[in-house]
Amino acid sequence: MRRLGFLVRKEFQELRRNPRMFPVIFVAPVIQLFILGYAATTDVKNVPLMVVDADRSAASRDLVARFDASPYFTVVGVTSDDGAILRAIETRRAWMALSIPPQYGELIGRGHPVVVQVITDGTDSNSATVGLAYASTLITDRAAELALARRPPGAPRIGSIEARIRVWFNPQLLSLHFMVPGVLALLLMIITTVLGAMAIVREKELGTLEQLNVTPLRRWELTVGKLLPFGLIGIVDVILVVSVAVLWFEIPLRGSFPLLFGLSLVYLLCTLSLGLLVSTVSQNQQQAMMTAVFFFMMPMIYLSGFIFPIENMPGVIQPITYLIPLRYYLVIVRGIFLKGVGLESFWRDALLMVGWGVAVLMLATMRSKKTLT
Amino acid sequence: MRKALAVGRKEFWQIVRDRRTLMILLFVPAFFLMLYGYALNWDIRHVRLAVLDREHTAESRELVSSFVNSTYFDVVAAPASMREIERLMDRGGTRVALVVPEGMTRDLRSGRTATVQVIINGDNANTATAIFGYAQAIVHGVSASLQLQLAGRGGAAPLISVQPRIWYNPELQSTLFLVPGLIAFIVMISSVVSTSLSIVREKERGTWEQVRMAPITTPAYVVGKTIPYFFISLASAFLIIAASMLLFGLPVRGSWLLLLFAVAVFLVGALGTGLLVSTLVDSQALAFLIGLLLSLLPTFVLSGFIFPIASMPAPIQYITVIVPARYFLVALRGIVLKGVGFGVLAPQFAAMAAYAFVTLALASVRLAKERG
Repeated sequence: MRRLGFLVRKEFQELRRNPRMFPVIFVAPVIQLFILGYAATTDVKNVPLMVVDADRSAASRDLVARFDASPYFTVVGVTSDDGAILRAIETRRAWMALSIPPQYGELIGRGHPVVVQVITDGTDSNSATVGLAYASTLITDRAAELALARRPPGAPRIGSIEARIRVWFNPQLLSLHFMVPGVLALLLMIITTVLGAMAIVREKELGTLEQLNVTPLRRWELTVGKLLPFGLIGIVDVILVVSVAVLWFEIPLRGSFPLLFGLSLVYLLCTLSLGLLVSTVSQNQQQAMMTAVFFFMMPMIYLSGFIFPIENMPGVIQPITYLIPLRYYLVIVRGIFLKGVGLESFWRDALLMVGWGVAVLMLATMRSKKTLT
Repeated sequence: MRKALAVGRKEFWQIVRDRRTLMILLFVPAFFLMLYGYALNWDIRHVRLAVLDREHTAESRELVSSFVNSTYFDVVAAPASMREIERLMDRGGTRVALVVPEGMTRDLRSGRTATVQVIINGDNANTATAIFGYAQAIVHGVSASLQLQLAGRGGAAPLISVQPRIWYNPELQSTLFLVPGLIAFIVMISSVVSTSLSIVREKERGTWEQVRMAPITTPAYVVGKTIPYFFISLASAFLIIAASMLLFGLPVRGSWLLLLFAVAVFLVGALGTGLLVSTLVDSQALAFLIGLLLSLLPTFVLSGFIFPIASMPAPIQYITVIVPARYFLVALRGIVLKGVGFGVLAPQFAAMAAYAFVTLALASVRLAKERG
């Protein structure tokens, strides 16, 4: 145990000798959180809209004003030239265009149906779908108003239906609430898996692993001693990220912190074991980095449900997501943070995560014994 | 120039000797494009909906059936109480619940505003936003058509109707949107990953002294270091594009030459970023961390790959100006999906070229200083 302590101290000394390392390890997560927190908005707002108004009447200007006043659209130009739409959309100056036909005002004044065109740049499919829905809402509203205004005098008053939309667990639809757990998880992975693996492989690369092997250090002491510092840094990062999320971004921590912390330790065990596994299959640091980035980090970003919902994935892909420990950790962190639920609702994910960690740890230990002999 | 080629040749053989690294750089990107391109989509279809209809009138049924007919929603449960809805949402069984209150039709007929509740599970903000938009549009549409019906104008066409026209991607498949983003992401990451260790490795292994003493100018050395990675990454990028065309029906509507040019300019910038990182630090672990911070996060979040730049707060929008992937994505989507030409994309090309020049120049300056 004392030997282990020495080794950990040696590792920390080595980290300290590289003075730029520490700020990066602690500042990077906070920068990530801020960028993701403010930039990763999935809300569709201020869609740049080009208007082609062939009518130029009071009625058409009223319709345009409604679009401009809505938080969802920003009118970037009003012309009467149809070709302007193509140019604006090709250069991405506008994402959508509204085309009002000639005689629009006159026709609706006489109660004749009119068709207005809404043109969308479909390349950004997500914004396009949402933008189309908003545009059609604005136009149906206007149509309903006109229809009511044209009722014969003395007709019964007719009300309307309004949707009161409530979003549970994340009332303002802040992407941040949904991102923070992911950032936390990704961060732990970067720090523990990749840096841990690189630290071990570095000894291989420099040829000092052989020297360590002939010392009285036992194999497990060596492994634990190498990985422990990164585990400790990871724990500090967990506390740092959770504090910034709660204190600065005011994300409510609805569930229990001890539970979150405990399960974060389990996740840490997973990522550390993964680091050990990566180190056993890599000859040099570049290989370790590539293996970790391509085979572990990218799947974690894309297939864990971090941003893309797993239920949208094709049936063949969904089973693969069970191989990704982040999948379980995300359910847990989001459950605790946003829903305030406890083990009773995600015990299965917690159990699977523990199982995953133990399995990978065993695999890594077996492999590292083999590479020794 | 001859010396630059010599450095390039040496670097190339070093990559080839490390068979695994070469394989990863060449083929793994294409493999992942297949996996992710297939796996990822945002198309909101068949969202699980729970309906609590306390009204049971023709009008309320019309509301519910408009949700179903939109093809976005599948009714999977008919809970009897709010408590049951809570349970359904907690367990993740349903994503949306529609609650039609008692008296909706009465309110409608007597000129009041009837309120129906739509509850959305917000734990995935992306899908929730889209669902929010749909739900609003559907309820408005039903409201308008019921108004017409009740006013005795049933069957009459609404006064203004919308004719949507969707250009370039008429079925609004998210795959066509995401695949160019994935191409940019994968190209950026693999270039930075491959070069960010290249110089710092020499320092760590102690071969740096030899480089310092070598009779070669610094810019030539930098060019030499970049060339092999440039060709490997270019090959890998075109493998990715070919895979996207075959598997995901990505069209290339514009000119291939322009596409090649765009990928090449972007690649030089990406490799320049990696080299610059490599000259800034003195351990491989730190190079990795900084490289990741400069490439992964901006390309993922600040480029318009997933999150629309126009919706970001203004200060963040200014930051995106220095993200090269932002320009590459506009160019790539422009060339492959819209078929636009160089005239339209000139600003994007200029920005990418400027970025490439600045990173390579900074890397040379840093390196010249290190060589003393």
